[in-house]
This record gives sequence, C-alpha cells and structure tokens, in this order.
Amino acid sequence: MASLQDRAAQFKPAPMGGAWRALWPLAFALIVGVLMQLVLRPNIDAYSSTQILNIGIAIILAVSLTIVNGFTGQFSIGHAGFLAVGGYVAGSLAYYGSFAFFGSGAAKLGMLSGLYGAPAGAPVFTGGEILFFVSLLAGGLISALLGVAVGLPSLRLRGDYLAIVTLGFGEIVRVLIQQTPQVLMSKEAIAEAPAWKVPLSVGGSLGFGNVPKYTSHFWVYAAVVITLIFAYRLKQSSTGRALLSIREDEIAAEAMGVRTTYYKVWGFVIAAFFAGIAGGLYAHTLGISLSPVDAGFQKSFDIIIMVVLGGLGSISGAAIAAAIVTYLPELLRTPETLEKFAVVGIPLLIVGFAMLGMAGRRSSEAELRSGRDRRALPRVIIGLGAVIVGLSALAFVAKRFNINLGEYRLIIYALALIVMMITRPQGLLGVRELWDGALYRPLRDFFAPRSGGRGA
Amino acid sequence: MLNVSNLQVSYGAIRALHGISLNVEKGEIVTLIGCNGAGKTTTLRAISGLVRSSGGSVSYEGSDITRVRPHELVRMGIAHSPEGRGVFANLTVEENLELGAYARSDHAAIAQDKEKGLTLFPRLRERLRQQAGTLSGGEQQMLAMARALMARPRMLLLDEPSLGLAPQVVSTIFQIIREINAAGTTILLVEQNAHMALKVAHRAYVLETGEIAMEGPAQELAASDEVRKAYLGVG
Repeated sequence: MASLQDRAAQFKPAPMGGAWRALWPLAFALIVGVLMQLVLRPNIDAYSSTQILNIGIAIILAVSLTIVNGFTGQFSIGHAGFLAVGGYVAGSLAYYGSFAFFGSGAAKLGMLSGLYGAPAGAPVFTGGEILFFVSLLAGGLISALLGVAVGLPSLRLRGDYLAIVTLGFGEIVRVLIQQTPQVLMSKEAIAEAPAWKVPLSVGGSLGFGNVPKYTSHFWVYAAVVITLIFAYRLKQSSTGRALLSIREDEIAAEAMGVRTTYYKVWGFVIAAFFAGIAGGLYAHTLGISLSPVDAGFQKSFDIIIMVVLGGLGSISGAAIAAAIVTYLPELLRTPETLEKFAVVGIPLLIVGFAMLGMAGRRSSEAELRSGRDRRALPRVIIGLGAVIVGLSALAFVAKRFNINLGEYRLIIYALALIVMMITRPQGLLGVRELWDGALYRPLRDFFAPRSGGRGA
Repeated sequence: MLNVSNLQVSYGAIRALHGISLNVEKGEIVTLIGCNGAGKTTTLRAISGLVRSSGGSVSYEGSDITRVRPHELVRMGIAHSPEGRGVFANLTVEENLELGAYARSDHAAIAQDKEKGLTLFPRLRERLRQQAGTLSGGEQQMLAMARALMARPRMLLLDEPSLGLAPQVVSTIFQIIREINAAGTTILLVEQNAHMALKVAHRAYVLETGEIAMEGPAQELAASDEVRKAYLGVG
C-alpha cells in the first residue's frame, strides 16, 4: 500500500510548478511570435507572408472547432458565425476606439505589428496595440457568450438536428451583419451619429475594410501557440475527459456522474472564444475587408473540412489539415512551381516508408496493450509525400500536354479531398495525436507531464 | 435502502412502466427479471434519473431522489453500469476507469480503488493502456463494471451484464457480482438470463409489460412453476 501513497502524493502539484505551468506557454507564445515576426518574416516575400498568416488563422479556427466536433462529438456547422462575431466586435472596437483615443482610424504600428512589419523607427509597442489586444479579447468574449446561446439547443438536439440549428446561427449572423449601417469615415460623422449607432456602423454588405491593420505574424502565431497548448491541456484535463466521454457515449457519461448538459455548453463556449479571437485577427489583416460572407456556410464548411480531414478529435491532425487546406488551393494557382516540389516529396516518401517499415505493418499485441501507435507519424509523412509527388507528377504531365492546371485547381482540390476520404475516412490521424507515437513520448512528457496515475 | 413506489414512465404516448414498486435492503442482491420490453432497463434508468418518471417516487437511504439528476446520484453513492456496456471505445481502459471516478476528487482513495478493481478484474490490468473498443465483449463488460465501481458506490445498478457473452464468461461475471456484493455493495441486477440471476440473487422481482408480476426470495421463484415455464424454459 505504501507505493499507492507515494503515487497519490504525486498528484499534488509543486507550488512553484503551478505558476511555471501557467506561465511558460505565454512565454513560449511570445518567443515564437517574436521569432516569426522579426526573424522569419523579413526573409520571405509578401505572397508567402500572407499565406503563412492565413495558415495560422486557419489553425486557430480548426483547432477550436475540434473542441466541439472532435472532443465533444457535437456536429456544429456554423463555426464561421463565431469567426464573424469576433471579427466584427474586435474590428468595430479597434476602429471606433482609435478615433476616440487617437483621433483617426489608422493603425499605430509598433515593432511587432503589421503584416509587412512596422515602418522604420516605430516604437517597440504602442497604445494602439493595447487597444487592438483588448479588442481581440472582447471579440473572443462576446463570441463565447453567443457560444452559450448556440450551445443551449445542443442539450436537446443531436446529430443532424443540431447541425441545422448551428447552420441557422451562422446565417442569422450573416443576415444581421448585412443590415448594419455604413461605416463612419471621419471624426465629424462619428460625432453626428447617435452614440448607440456608432459601434454598429460596420458597413453591411459593403464590407468593413477600414479596421486598423495590426495583425502580424507575431500576433497570429502567439495565438496559435496558446490555442494549441490550451487545446492539448484541455484534452488531458478532467473537463476534457468529460467532453470526450460525451462523444463516446452520452448515457454512460451521464451514468458516470458527468454533467453532460453543462459540458456540452462549455465545449461550445470554449470553441466560440477561440474562433472569435481568430476572427479578430482576420479582421485586422492587411488586404482583408471583413464582409457578411465571412459568417456564411461556405466559410464554415472550409473549417469542417479541416477538422474532418485531420481526424475528428485530433488537435495535431486539425492543425496539419488546416495548413494543407489553406495552402493547397493557393499552390494550385501556379502549377508551374509544383514540379519542383518533387524534390521535397520523394525524400518524404522514402523517410515515411522507412519509418513505417521499422514500426511494422500491423500493431503487435504488446503495442495494442501499451496504447502506442508508432505508425501515426510515418503515415502522415507518407501521406504528405504522396500528395506532393502526385501533384508534381500532375504538373509535369500537364505541361507536356499544354494544359493550364490553374484553371482546374478547384476540381483537383475537390478530387484530392474525395480520394482522401475514400482511402482514410477517419482522417489523417483519427482521434490520435502525432505525439502518441512512441517516438514522441519524450516530447509529450515534456508538454504535459501527467501527474502520476499512469501504468501499474 | 432503496424504495421504489408506484413508479411510472412514459415514452411519448406509450406507457412503459404502469406503476411498479420494489425495495432493496442493504447488503442484498435483488434481481429484476423479465422478457424483452418488460421495462427492466427503463426501471433502472428511471431510478438513476436517466429517464424522467411521470409518476411515483424513488427514495434512497431515506431521502427522496425521484427528481435528482444522475450526476448528483453518483455523488450520493448510486452507480449505474448501463445496458450494452457503454464503454468509451476510443479511450484507454485506464481512462475509462478514471472517468468512473469522475465525481470524486480524493485522489489517493481513487488510486486505491483502481487497484482494487484491477485485482477483481485481472484481465483489465493487462490491457490498461489499450483502447477500450479493442477489448472483447466480456472484457468490455468487466470494464463497465469496474468503471461503475470506481465511483465507490454503496448501491450498484447493473443492467444486463450477461448480454451477448459466452456462457463461460457469463459465469465469471456472475462470480464477480457475488464478490462485489460480499465486499459490501448492494446490487440491483437487471437480467434476461433468469437462470443465472436467480442463482446469485437473494430476492427477485418478475416484470411483465411494465408491471410486477411476481416477487419473492430468489430460490422460491426459481422453484415456482410459472417462472420455470416462462423464464427458465423447463417444465
């Protein structure tokens, strides 16, 4: 019995460990953000900058939807509604807030803001950035509040029926935004308008392009890091376990003492918060004019594709799929460049197959018992390699026959999705994570040291 | 310990339970036998709050629990191992067990109970990190029971533990049911396998189309002509 006592003692976190555990993700997020902005960004061209930024925002969206569709097993198809709410709330606050505090709607860039960086001699950080940060949080919080409203029907509905409700939510948001009055462009116009009407003047169907353009690689990737770590810890926490148990078997979960109704709403609230943050980042991106379409089902479906492709319930899967789904259609725009990618794809295939060979084709009994899957990572590598090699081969053939692949890009993209769903319906990683493979045990233990309890 | 009086449940216009009354004393194994659709599962679910009753009352250790939500009941010491096992297929055996203790926060005692459960079901220890969906039917039933025990219940509601299992596994499961009871847990057992159920139970109720048709000590019922004909397939 003594060993049990010892193990029980491990459950108590060390006092210093608590603060460290809370703070290191923030520090890590800041470091990643700063590196992205000050080291990576100056060395890449404008086009790639935009792509990398979009991928970051897509990752936040996909991972947040994973919490509802993947963890909790509730099928929501109105996620873009939260994106739009967060975007419009943050955009309106930052734009009209700028007029109130700084006299104009323009961005006050500091060193870490702006898609292409701040002008030379910009201060390290500015009051405008504080406003931007507060607006982002406000967008996330308002979005989370609406998450309660959308989560409540999920108490009574499931499956297709819930999906229709969430679809309806997205459409309501879209139509409401369409009805908003024109953007007020000057201090005078703002002074004349009734105060309650000012924050609601977000341009209706004309779009809201005047939002100050703060979003940068720093902000986006700091948010990506925090979202990923949050989602990962959530999955390991007791709240996360409650969510997963609802996905697995709602009646059994209830019989275990899980308050299923309460946690289903929580799932929506958390997901809505992060989608709102993603929306705020999107709204403040250079070249983006927020419009009601951003709340529409097309956008929602893009996010669902990422989550399903990644594997319902897998954080790493959703993040990888978000990158692919965002980048692939862009890549197909300029098929000439595709040929060159064989240089990357072929080694990927070789490495992937070699790793799979070492892992063995089937799970051994022992492996099944230990709960590890060493095939997850090689499979992802092979999948990526196959896609890249396939595309470059396609580009090569097309060039021979003088076909402009760019014209068919959406068809190719759709075909790729179909092939993927037929060959691997559970998505890239299923419900597993990249780090579930034995190779990644050390990494996993570093990110989330489990407080005892594992193994006998 | 548990008193059910005149309990009624309706699914829409269909009345599943027409007012049934039963009681379970501390330390007993009481079984509820009957055919498909007799209302056995509904009775258990109404007791544990998974379905709403439309009339009657349930009391447990002297307090009325008719309207108490399931997650509260677990904290009051009633655990329910649902029909069809309901293991969390994509989670590991260990994670399933930990979820069984979801309502508790006494980590040291939980670790002890896990150890107890694994001693009771040695097969589960071998498969601690295996996904529950990859277990055999018998192992899943063992997991469902071990998981329910993780709530450290004073009263265990067991719904059809023999469902779809090979005869040999069924006798193992019933042996364990006896052991659980011997260790001090009161059990209300719902079974279609009347033969096995009447063997382990102290008392039994026979349910027919939503009403109690017979009740009495298990041995007496097992010997009665009516039960033998209708449920044991003899005579």
